[in-house]
Amino acid sequence: MSLGFRSSGMAGDPTVFLIISRRSIIFFPVEMATMFKKRHVLSMREFSREEIDSVLDLASSLEPFARGKKSDMLAGKILALLFFEPSTRTRMSFETAMKRLGGGVINLGPAEGSSISKGESLADTVRVIGGYADALVIRHPKEGSARLASEFSPVPVLNAGDGAGHHPTQTLLDLYTIKKDSRLEDLSIALVGDLKYGRTVHSLAYALSLYGADITLVSPLSLRMPEPIKSDLSSKGTRVRETCDLNEVVNNVDVLYMTRIQRERFPDPVEYKKVASSYRLTPEFLANARKNLIIMHPLPRVDEIAPAVDATFHARYFQQSFYGVPVRMALLKMLIGGGA
Amino acid sequence: MAEAVSRDGLRDEPRELRVKPIKNGTVIDHIAGGQALNVLKILGISGTTDATVSVVMNVESGKLDKKDIVKVEDRELKEDEVNRIALIAPAATINIIRDYKVVEKRHVDLPGEIVSVVRCQNPNCISNTSEPIKSRMLVKAKNPVLLRCIYCEQPLTDRLAEYLI
Repeated sequence: MSLGFRSSGMAGDPTVFLIISRRSIIFFPVEMATMFKKRHVLSMREFSREEIDSVLDLASSLEPFARGKKSDMLAGKILALLFFEPSTRTRMSFETAMKRLGGGVINLGPAEGSSISKGESLADTVRVIGGYADALVIRHPKEGSARLASEFSPVPVLNAGDGAGHHPTQTLLDLYTIKKDSRLEDLSIALVGDLKYGRTVHSLAYALSLYGADITLVSPLSLRMPEPIKSDLSSKGTRVRETCDLNEVVNNVDVLYMTRIQRERFPDPVEYKKVASSYRLTPEFLANARKNLIIMHPLPRVDEIAPAVDATFHARYFQQSFYGVPVRMALLKMLIGGGA
Repeated sequence: MAEAVSRDGLRDEPRELRVKPIKNGTVIDHIAGGQALNVLKILGISGTTDATVSVVMNVESGKLDKKDIVKVEDRELKEDEVNRIALIAPAATINIIRDYKVVEKRHVDLPGEIVSVVRCQNPNCISNTSEPIKSRMLVKAKNPVLLRCIYCEQPLTDRLAEYLI
Protein backbone atom coordinates (compact mmCIF):
# COMPACT_ATOMS: atom_id res chain seq x y z
CA MET A 1 0.00 0.00 0.00
CA SER A 2 1.19 3.52 -0.63
CA LEU A 3 -0.32 6.82 0.36
CA GLY A 4 -0.39 10.19 -1.28
CA PHE A 5 -2.12 13.52 -1.58
CA ARG A 6 -4.09 15.14 -4.33
CA SER A 7 -4.20 18.89 -4.20
CA SER A 8 -7.43 20.80 -4.60
CA GLY A 9 -5.58 23.12 -6.91
CA MET A 10 -4.51 25.62 -4.26
CA ALA A 11 -0.92 25.33 -3.13
CA GLY A 12 -0.55 23.69 0.27
CA ASP A 13 -4.19 22.71 0.54
CA PRO A 14 -4.46 18.97 -0.02
CA THR A 15 -8.08 17.98 0.21
CA VAL A 16 -8.06 14.36 -0.82
CA PHE A 17 -6.05 11.46 0.51
CA LEU A 18 -5.41 8.37 -1.54
CA ILE A 19 -5.12 4.82 -0.33
CA ILE A 20 -3.56 2.86 -3.15
CA SER A 21 -3.79 -0.84 -2.57
CA ARG A 22 -2.88 -3.49 -5.08
CA ARG A 23 -6.31 -3.41 -6.64
CA SER A 24 -7.95 -0.15 -5.75
CA ILE A 25 -7.81 3.52 -4.97
CA ILE A 26 -10.04 5.21 -2.43
CA PHE A 27 -10.46 8.95 -2.00
CA PHE A 28 -11.28 10.64 1.29
CA PRO A 29 -10.44 13.92 3.06
CA VAL A 30 -6.93 14.13 4.41
CA GLU A 31 -8.11 15.09 7.92
CA MET A 32 -9.87 11.75 8.14
CA ALA A 33 -6.63 9.85 7.83
CA THR A 34 -4.87 11.72 10.58
CA MET A 35 -7.50 12.51 13.23
CA PHE A 36 -7.56 9.01 14.69
CA LYS A 37 -3.87 8.24 14.59
CA LYS A 38 -2.99 6.44 17.82
CA ARG A 39 -6.30 7.32 19.41
CA HIS A 40 -8.46 4.96 21.42
CA VAL A 41 -12.16 4.33 20.79
CA LEU A 42 -13.70 4.17 24.27
CA SER A 43 -16.93 6.15 24.40
CA MET A 44 -19.20 8.07 22.04
CA ARG A 45 -18.78 11.07 24.34
CA GLU A 46 -15.34 11.52 22.80
CA PHE A 47 -16.65 11.77 19.23
CA SER A 48 -17.61 15.03 17.58
CA ARG A 49 -20.21 15.00 14.84
CA GLU A 50 -17.46 15.65 12.28
CA GLU A 51 -15.49 12.64 13.51
CA ILE A 52 -18.55 10.42 13.34
CA ASP A 53 -19.23 11.61 9.79
CA SER A 54 -15.65 10.77 8.79
CA VAL A 55 -15.92 7.23 10.14
CA LEU A 56 -19.23 6.70 8.34
CA ASP A 57 -17.88 8.12 5.06
CA LEU A 58 -14.83 5.89 5.17
CA ALA A 59 -17.00 2.89 6.08
CA SER A 60 -19.06 3.59 2.98
CA SER A 61 -15.89 3.58 0.86
CA LEU A 62 -14.81 0.30 2.40
CA GLU A 63 -18.11 -1.51 1.98
CA PRO A 64 -17.00 -3.32 -1.21
CA PHE A 65 -14.13 -4.85 0.78
CA ALA A 66 -16.52 -5.90 3.52
CA ARG A 67 -18.43 -7.76 0.81
CA GLY A 68 -15.36 -9.68 -0.26
CA LYS A 69 -13.29 -7.48 -2.57
CA LYS A 70 -9.63 -8.28 -1.90
CA SER A 71 -7.47 -5.83 0.03
CA ASP A 72 -4.07 -5.74 1.69
CA MET A 73 -4.54 -2.38 3.42
CA LEU A 74 -3.71 -3.82 6.84
CA ALA A 75 -1.25 -6.51 5.70
CA GLY A 76 1.28 -7.23 8.42
CA LYS A 77 -0.92 -5.74 11.17
CA ILE A 78 -2.21 -7.78 14.09
CA LEU A 79 -5.44 -7.20 16.01
CA ALA A 80 -5.82 -8.78 19.48
CA LEU A 81 -9.30 -9.74 20.67
CA LEU A 82 -9.76 -9.77 24.45
CA PHE A 83 -13.29 -10.89 25.18
CA PHE A 84 -13.99 -11.53 28.86
CA GLU A 85 -17.71 -11.83 28.15
CA PRO A 86 -19.54 -13.80 25.47
CA SER A 87 -19.84 -12.20 22.05
CA THR A 88 -20.75 -13.40 18.59
CA ARG A 89 -21.41 -10.48 16.26
CA THR A 90 -18.92 -8.01 17.70
CA ARG A 91 -16.05 -10.49 17.98
CA MET A 92 -16.62 -12.09 14.58
CA SER A 93 -17.20 -8.81 12.74
CA PHE A 94 -13.96 -7.37 14.13
CA GLU A 95 -12.19 -10.53 13.03
CA THR A 96 -13.81 -10.35 9.60
CA ALA A 97 -12.98 -6.65 9.23
CA MET A 98 -9.33 -7.26 10.03
CA LYS A 99 -8.97 -10.30 7.79
CA ARG A 100 -10.83 -8.72 4.86
CA LEU A 101 -8.26 -5.89 4.96
CA GLY A 102 -5.39 -8.37 4.90
CA GLY A 103 -4.49 -8.24 8.61
CA GLY A 104 -4.18 -10.99 11.20
CA VAL A 105 -6.02 -11.68 14.45
CA ILE A 106 -4.91 -13.16 17.77
CA ASN A 107 -7.45 -14.20 20.36
CA LEU A 108 -7.26 -14.33 24.15
CA GLY A 109 -9.74 -17.20 24.16
CA PRO A 110 -11.74 -18.19 27.22
CA ALA A 111 -10.50 -16.54 30.43
CA GLU A 112 -10.35 -19.94 32.18
CA GLY A 113 -7.47 -21.06 29.98
CA SER A 114 -5.47 -17.84 30.23
CA SER A 115 -3.35 -15.94 32.74
CA ILE A 116 -6.56 -14.27 33.97
CA SER A 117 -7.45 -17.50 35.77
CA LYS A 118 -4.12 -17.20 37.60
CA GLY A 119 -5.17 -13.85 39.00
CA GLU A 120 -3.41 -11.55 36.55
CA SER A 121 -4.76 -8.00 36.56
CA LEU A 122 -6.38 -6.54 33.48
CA ALA A 123 -3.69 -3.86 33.50
CA ASP A 124 -0.91 -6.46 33.18
CA THR A 125 -2.84 -8.45 30.58
CA VAL A 126 -3.21 -5.47 28.24
CA ARG A 127 0.42 -4.43 28.74
CA VAL A 128 1.57 -7.88 27.69
CA ILE A 129 -0.83 -8.42 24.78
CA GLY A 130 -0.34 -4.83 23.64
CA GLY A 131 3.24 -5.89 22.92
CA TYR A 132 2.04 -8.58 20.53
CA ALA A 133 -0.49 -6.58 18.52
CA ASP A 134 -1.12 -3.26 16.75
CA ALA A 135 -4.49 -2.72 18.43
CA LEU A 136 -6.64 -4.32 21.13
CA VAL A 137 -10.37 -4.93 21.13
CA ILE A 138 -11.72 -5.48 24.63
CA ARG A 139 -15.05 -6.56 26.06
CA HIS A 140 -15.19 -6.84 29.84
CA PRO A 141 -17.98 -7.07 32.44
CA LYS A 142 -16.75 -4.07 34.47
CA GLU A 143 -17.67 -0.52 33.52
CA GLY A 144 -14.59 1.57 32.78
CA SER A 145 -12.44 -1.45 31.90
CA ALA A 146 -11.67 -0.19 28.39
CA ARG A 147 -10.49 3.15 29.76
CA LEU A 148 -8.24 1.34 32.21
CA ALA A 149 -6.90 -0.75 29.31
CA SER A 150 -6.16 2.43 27.35
CA GLU A 151 -4.04 3.73 30.24
CA PHE A 152 -1.81 0.67 30.21
CA SER A 153 -1.85 -0.41 26.57
CA PRO A 154 0.99 0.65 24.27
CA VAL A 155 -1.37 0.38 21.27
CA PRO A 156 -4.89 1.70 20.47
CA VAL A 157 -7.77 0.16 22.41
CA LEU A 158 -11.27 -0.30 21.00
CA ASN A 159 -14.05 -0.73 23.53
CA ALA A 160 -16.33 -3.58 22.48
CA GLY A 161 -18.56 -3.24 25.54
CA ASP A 162 -17.67 -2.53 29.18
CA GLY A 163 -20.42 -3.91 31.41
CA ALA A 164 -23.47 -1.67 31.19
CA GLY A 165 -21.21 1.18 30.05
CA HIS A 166 -20.32 1.91 26.44
CA HIS A 167 -20.22 0.08 23.14
CA PRO A 168 -19.13 2.80 20.70
CA THR A 169 -18.53 0.58 17.67
CA GLN A 170 -22.13 -0.67 17.95
CA THR A 171 -23.32 2.94 18.02
CA LEU A 172 -21.28 3.80 14.96
CA LEU A 173 -22.73 0.88 13.01
CA ASP A 174 -26.21 1.90 14.18
CA LEU A 175 -25.60 5.41 12.87
CA TYR A 176 -24.27 3.97 9.63
CA THR A 177 -27.45 1.92 9.20
CA ILE A 178 -29.64 4.96 9.88
CA LYS A 179 -27.62 7.08 7.45
CA LYS A 180 -27.78 4.41 4.73
CA ASP A 181 -31.43 3.48 5.06
CA SER A 182 -33.04 6.59 6.57
CA ARG A 183 -31.48 9.93 7.49
CA LEU A 184 -29.44 11.23 10.42
CA GLU A 185 -30.60 14.84 10.46
CA ASP A 186 -33.93 15.64 12.14
CA LEU A 187 -34.66 12.00 12.69
CA SER A 188 -37.66 10.80 14.66
CA ILE A 189 -36.65 7.63 16.50
CA ALA A 190 -38.18 5.44 19.21
CA LEU A 191 -35.82 3.49 21.47
CA VAL A 192 -37.73 0.52 22.84
CA GLY A 193 -37.20 -2.00 25.63
CA ASP A 194 -34.45 -2.03 28.24
CA LEU A 195 -33.39 1.60 28.42
CA LYS A 196 -31.98 1.28 31.92
CA TYR A 197 -29.29 -1.35 31.49
CA GLY A 198 -28.96 -1.28 27.68
CA ARG A 199 -25.59 0.25 26.87
CA THR A 200 -26.34 0.51 23.13
CA VAL A 201 -29.30 2.83 23.61
CA HIS A 202 -27.39 5.11 25.98
CA SER A 203 -24.59 5.64 23.48
CA LEU A 204 -26.96 5.87 20.52
CA ALA A 205 -29.16 8.48 22.19
CA TYR A 206 -26.10 10.55 23.00
CA ALA A 207 -24.78 10.33 19.43
CA LEU A 208 -28.19 11.16 17.92
CA SER A 209 -28.34 14.26 20.09
CA LEU A 210 -25.48 15.61 17.93
CA TYR A 211 -27.79 15.40 14.89
CA GLY A 212 -30.87 17.05 16.39
CA ALA A 213 -32.94 13.89 16.71
CA ASP A 214 -36.42 13.70 18.19
CA ILE A 215 -36.20 10.76 20.61
CA THR A 216 -39.09 8.82 22.16
CA LEU A 217 -38.17 6.45 24.96
CA VAL A 218 -40.48 3.43 25.22
CA SER A 219 -39.92 1.15 28.20
CA PRO A 220 -41.57 -0.40 31.25
CA LEU A 221 -41.48 2.00 34.19
CA SER A 222 -38.77 0.00 35.94
CA LEU A 223 -36.49 0.11 32.87
CA ARG A 224 -36.60 3.80 32.10
CA MET A 225 -33.47 5.55 30.91
CA PRO A 226 -31.40 6.81 33.87
CA GLU A 227 -32.10 10.42 34.79
CA PRO A 228 -28.52 11.71 34.31
CA ILE A 229 -28.53 10.49 30.69
CA LYS A 230 -31.90 12.14 30.01
CA SER A 231 -30.70 15.40 31.56
CA ASP A 232 -27.59 15.23 29.43
CA LEU A 233 -29.73 14.84 26.29
CA SER A 234 -32.06 17.66 27.24
CA SER A 235 -29.13 19.96 27.98
CA LYS A 236 -28.02 19.44 24.39
CA GLY A 237 -31.41 20.59 23.13
CA THR A 238 -32.62 17.10 22.18
CA ARG A 239 -36.38 16.58 22.29
CA VAL A 240 -36.97 13.59 24.57
CA ARG A 241 -40.29 12.13 25.66
CA GLU A 242 -41.14 8.95 27.55
CA THR A 243 -43.97 6.46 27.34
CA CYS A 244 -44.72 2.86 28.21
CA ASP A 245 -47.00 2.39 25.20
CA LEU A 246 -45.39 1.34 21.93
CA ASN A 247 -48.73 1.62 20.06
CA GLU A 248 -48.69 5.32 20.72
CA VAL A 249 -45.47 5.93 18.79
CA VAL A 250 -45.07 3.23 16.16
CA ASN A 251 -46.87 5.16 13.42
CA ASN A 252 -45.01 8.42 13.99
CA VAL A 253 -41.33 7.56 13.77
CA ASP A 254 -38.70 6.99 11.08
CA VAL A 255 -36.77 4.41 13.09
CA LEU A 256 -37.93 1.85 15.63
CA TYR A 257 -34.90 0.68 17.61
CA MET A 258 -35.85 -2.47 19.52
CA THR A 259 -33.72 -3.95 22.30
CA ARG A 260 -33.71 -7.17 24.26
CA ILE A 261 -34.56 -7.09 27.94
CA GLN A 262 -31.22 -8.41 29.17
CA ARG A 263 -31.59 -11.08 31.82
CA GLU A 264 -27.85 -10.93 32.63
CA ARG A 265 -27.99 -7.27 33.72
CA PHE A 266 -30.73 -7.77 36.35
CA PRO A 267 -29.48 -8.11 39.92
CA ASP A 268 -32.85 -9.66 40.88
CA PRO A 269 -34.37 -12.45 38.68
CA VAL A 270 -37.84 -11.63 40.02
CA GLU A 271 -37.56 -8.13 38.62
CA TYR A 272 -36.52 -9.60 35.27
CA LYS A 273 -39.58 -11.83 35.09
CA LYS A 274 -41.86 -8.87 35.75
CA VAL A 275 -40.73 -7.06 32.60
CA ALA A 276 -39.54 -9.82 30.23
CA SER A 277 -41.62 -9.88 27.03
CA SER A 278 -43.01 -6.39 27.65
CA TYR A 279 -42.97 -5.62 23.92
CA ARG A 280 -43.46 -7.88 20.93
CA LEU A 281 -43.42 -6.44 17.44
CA THR A 282 -45.58 -8.23 14.83
CA PRO A 283 -46.48 -7.35 11.18
CA GLU A 284 -50.00 -6.40 12.34
CA PHE A 285 -48.48 -3.86 14.67
CA LEU A 286 -46.88 -2.16 11.67
CA ALA A 287 -50.02 -1.88 9.53
CA ASN A 288 -50.19 1.92 9.79
CA ALA A 289 -46.49 2.63 10.17
CA ARG A 290 -44.71 5.15 7.95
CA LYS A 291 -43.87 3.64 4.59
CA ASN A 292 -40.16 4.24 5.04
CA LEU A 293 -39.98 3.14 8.69
CA ILE A 294 -36.94 1.00 9.43
CA ILE A 295 -36.74 -1.43 12.34
CA MET A 296 -33.36 -1.96 13.96
CA HIS A 297 -32.10 -4.24 16.74
CA PRO A 298 -28.54 -4.77 18.03
CA LEU A 299 -29.28 -8.52 18.25
CA PRO A 300 -29.52 -11.12 19.62
CA ARG A 301 -33.30 -10.92 19.85
CA VAL A 302 -35.43 -13.15 22.02
CA ASP A 303 -39.10 -12.53 21.36
CA GLU A 304 -39.34 -8.77 20.98
CA ILE A 305 -39.52 -9.01 17.16
CA ALA A 306 -41.67 -11.79 15.69
CA PRO A 307 -39.88 -13.73 12.89
CA ALA A 308 -42.71 -12.72 10.51
CA VAL A 309 -41.42 -9.13 10.67
CA ASP A 310 -38.17 -10.25 9.02
CA ALA A 311 -39.87 -10.46 5.63
CA THR A 312 -41.28 -6.92 5.75
CA PHE A 313 -39.64 -3.96 4.02
CA HIS A 314 -39.08 -2.38 7.42
CA ALA A 315 -36.69 -5.00 8.84
CA ARG A 316 -33.05 -3.83 8.83
CA TYR A 317 -31.48 -5.69 11.76
CA PHE A 318 -29.59 -8.29 9.73
CA GLN A 319 -28.30 -5.61 7.37
CA GLN A 320 -27.41 -3.56 10.46
CA SER A 321 -25.41 -6.49 11.78
CA PHE A 322 -23.47 -6.74 8.49
CA TYR A 323 -22.67 -3.03 8.59
CA GLY A 324 -20.55 -3.78 11.64
CA VAL A 325 -17.88 -5.02 9.24
CA PRO A 326 -17.32 -1.86 7.12
CA VAL A 327 -17.64 0.38 10.18
CA ARG A 328 -15.05 -1.62 12.12
CA MET A 329 -12.86 -1.71 9.00
CA ALA A 330 -12.99 2.08 8.93
CA LEU A 331 -11.98 2.36 12.59
CA LEU A 332 -9.13 -0.11 12.20
CA LYS A 333 -7.94 1.65 9.08
CA MET A 334 -7.97 5.00 10.87
CA LEU A 335 -6.33 3.71 14.04
CA ILE A 336 -3.59 1.47 12.71
CA GLY A 337 -3.44 1.78 8.98
CA GLY A 338 -3.57 5.48 8.23
CA GLY A 339 0.09 6.38 8.23
CA ALA A 340 2.47 6.52 5.31
CA MET B 1 -21.35 39.29 75.21
CA ALA B 2 -18.59 41.10 73.40
CA GLU B 3 -17.30 39.32 70.33
CA ALA B 4 -14.08 37.51 70.96
CA VAL B 5 -11.13 38.41 68.76
CA SER B 6 -8.60 35.67 68.82
CA ARG B 7 -4.93 36.10 68.08
CA ASP B 8 -5.20 33.76 65.12
CA GLY B 9 -7.55 36.14 63.36
CA LEU B 10 -10.81 34.22 63.74
CA ARG B 11 -13.37 36.65 65.03
CA ASP B 12 -16.56 34.69 65.45
CA GLU B 13 -15.70 31.99 67.98
CA PRO B 14 -17.74 32.43 71.16
CA ARG B 15 -15.39 32.71 74.13
CA GLU B 16 -16.77 29.63 75.90
CA LEU B 17 -16.00 27.40 72.92
CA ARG B 18 -12.67 28.84 71.99
CA VAL B 19 -9.73 26.60 71.58
CA LYS B 20 -6.30 27.87 72.45
CA PRO B 21 -4.74 29.83 69.59
CA ILE B 22 -2.08 27.90 67.77
CA LYS B 23 1.44 29.17 67.28
CA ASN B 24 2.13 27.56 63.90
CA GLY B 25 -0.04 25.53 61.57
CA THR B 26 -3.34 25.72 59.71
CA VAL B 27 -6.80 26.75 60.80
CA ILE B 28 -9.67 25.66 58.59
CA ASP B 29 -12.68 27.83 59.33
CA HIS B 30 -16.25 28.02 58.03
CA ILE B 31 -16.63 24.30 57.56
CA ALA B 32 -20.34 23.44 57.29
CA GLY B 33 -21.63 22.23 60.67
CA GLY B 34 -21.00 18.52 61.23
CA GLN B 35 -18.43 18.08 58.45
CA ALA B 36 -15.23 18.54 60.48
CA LEU B 37 -14.53 14.83 60.82
CA ASN B 38 -14.99 14.34 57.08
CA VAL B 39 -12.56 17.19 56.50
CA LEU B 40 -10.01 15.35 58.64
CA LYS B 41 -10.68 12.23 56.59
CA ILE B 42 -10.05 14.10 53.33
CA LEU B 43 -6.81 15.46 54.75
CA GLY B 44 -5.73 11.96 55.75
CA ILE B 45 -5.65 12.87 59.44
CA SER B 46 -6.68 9.87 61.51
CA GLY B 47 -6.46 8.90 65.17
CA THR B 48 -2.87 7.76 64.65
CA THR B 49 -1.57 11.16 63.57
CA ASP B 50 1.29 12.75 65.51
CA ALA B 51 0.02 16.27 64.87
CA THR B 52 -1.90 18.17 67.53
CA VAL B 53 -5.38 18.62 66.08
CA SER B 54 -8.25 20.61 67.58
CA VAL B 55 -11.78 20.20 66.34
CA VAL B 56 -14.63 22.51 67.24
CA MET B 57 -18.07 21.53 66.01
CA ASN B 58 -21.40 23.31 65.61
CA VAL B 59 -20.26 26.77 66.58
CA GLU B 60 -22.87 29.43 65.88
CA SER B 61 -21.91 31.43 62.83
CA GLY B 62 -23.65 34.28 61.07
CA LYS B 63 -22.42 33.07 57.69
CA LEU B 64 -23.29 29.40 57.94
CA ASP B 65 -25.74 29.14 60.83
CA LYS B 66 -23.55 26.42 62.35
CA LYS B 67 -19.94 25.87 61.50
CA ASP B 68 -17.02 23.64 62.41
CA ILE B 69 -13.40 24.65 62.84
CA VAL B 70 -10.29 22.46 62.54
CA LYS B 71 -6.85 23.48 63.73
CA VAL B 72 -3.79 21.48 62.77
CA GLU B 73 -0.63 22.49 64.60
CA ASP B 74 2.83 22.60 63.05
CA ARG B 75 1.57 21.66 59.61
CA GLU B 76 0.93 24.09 56.77
CA LEU B 77 -1.51 22.43 54.43
CA LYS B 78 -0.69 22.71 50.75
CA GLU B 79 -3.09 24.16 48.22
CA ASP B 80 -3.95 20.85 46.54
CA GLU B 81 -4.65 19.29 49.95
CA VAL B 82 -7.04 21.98 51.08
CA ASN B 83 -8.81 22.36 47.76
CA ARG B 84 -10.17 18.84 48.12
CA ILE B 85 -12.03 20.10 51.18
CA ALA B 86 -14.30 22.04 48.81
CA LEU B 87 -15.99 18.72 48.02
CA ILE B 88 -17.88 18.86 51.30
CA ALA B 89 -17.14 22.34 52.64
CA PRO B 90 -17.20 24.79 49.73
CA ALA B 91 -17.32 27.84 52.04
CA ALA B 92 -14.27 26.82 54.08
CA THR B 93 -11.44 29.30 54.53
CA ILE B 94 -7.85 28.33 55.14
CA ASN B 95 -5.66 30.34 57.50
CA ILE B 96 -1.94 29.65 57.62
CA ILE B 97 -0.60 30.64 61.02
CA ARG B 98 3.00 31.55 61.84
CA ASP B 99 3.96 32.78 65.28
CA TYR B 100 0.28 33.30 66.20
CA LYS B 101 -0.33 35.50 63.15
CA VAL B 102 -2.40 34.79 60.06
CA VAL B 103 0.15 35.05 57.28
CA GLU B 104 -2.10 33.71 54.53
CA LYS B 105 -5.84 33.40 54.16
CA ARG B 106 -7.55 31.82 51.18
CA HIS B 107 -10.77 30.19 50.05
CA VAL B 108 -10.95 26.61 48.85
CA ASP B 109 -11.49 25.91 45.17
CA LEU B 110 -12.09 22.48 43.69
CA PRO B 111 -9.56 21.44 41.06
CA GLY B 112 -10.69 20.01 37.71
CA GLU B 113 -9.89 16.47 38.79
CA ILE B 114 -9.97 14.77 42.19
CA VAL B 115 -7.63 11.80 42.63
CA SER B 116 -7.83 9.20 45.42
CA VAL B 117 -10.32 11.15 47.55
CA VAL B 118 -13.73 9.75 46.62
CA ARG B 119 -14.46 6.28 45.33
CA CYS B 120 -16.94 5.64 42.54
CA GLN B 121 -20.41 4.76 43.80
CA ASN B 122 -20.90 2.27 40.97
CA PRO B 123 -20.06 -1.14 42.49
CA ASN B 124 -19.41 -2.53 39.00
CA CYS B 125 -16.85 0.14 38.13
CA ILE B 126 -13.33 -1.12 37.35
CA SER B 127 -11.98 1.44 39.85
CA ASN B 128 -13.63 -0.54 42.65
CA THR B 129 -11.49 -3.63 41.98
CA SER B 130 -7.92 -4.58 42.85
CA GLU B 131 -6.55 -3.17 39.58
CA PRO B 132 -3.48 -0.91 40.08
CA ILE B 133 -5.34 2.38 39.50
CA LYS B 134 -6.44 5.32 41.63
CA SER B 135 -9.97 6.62 41.87
CA ARG B 136 -10.24 9.63 39.54
CA MET B 137 -13.20 11.99 39.42
CA LEU B 138 -13.71 14.85 37.00
CA VAL B 139 -15.32 17.90 38.59
CA LYS B 140 -18.20 18.76 36.23
CA ALA B 141 -19.82 21.40 38.48
CA LYS B 142 -18.78 23.10 41.71
CA ASN B 143 -22.04 24.38 43.16
CA PRO B 144 -23.63 22.01 43.79
CA VAL B 145 -20.72 19.63 43.37
CA LEU B 146 -21.10 17.18 40.48
CA LEU B 147 -18.35 14.62 39.95
CA ARG B 148 -18.06 12.09 37.14
CA CYS B 149 -15.94 8.96 37.41
CA ILE B 150 -13.26 9.06 34.74
CA TYR B 151 -13.55 5.29 34.26
CA CYS B 152 -17.24 4.38 34.17
CA GLU B 153 -18.46 7.98 33.61
CA GLN B 154 -21.18 7.62 36.24
CA PRO B 155 -22.04 10.84 38.06
CA LEU B 156 -21.62 11.27 41.80
CA THR B 157 -23.74 14.06 43.19
CA ASP B 158 -25.05 13.41 46.66
CA ARG B 159 -23.84 11.59 49.78
CA LEU B 160 -20.25 12.43 48.83
CA ALA B 161 -19.08 11.96 52.40
CA GLU B 162 -20.13 8.29 52.31
CA TYR B 163 -17.73 7.63 49.46
CA LEU B 164 -14.64 9.29 50.89
CA ILE B 165 -11.66 6.96 50.69
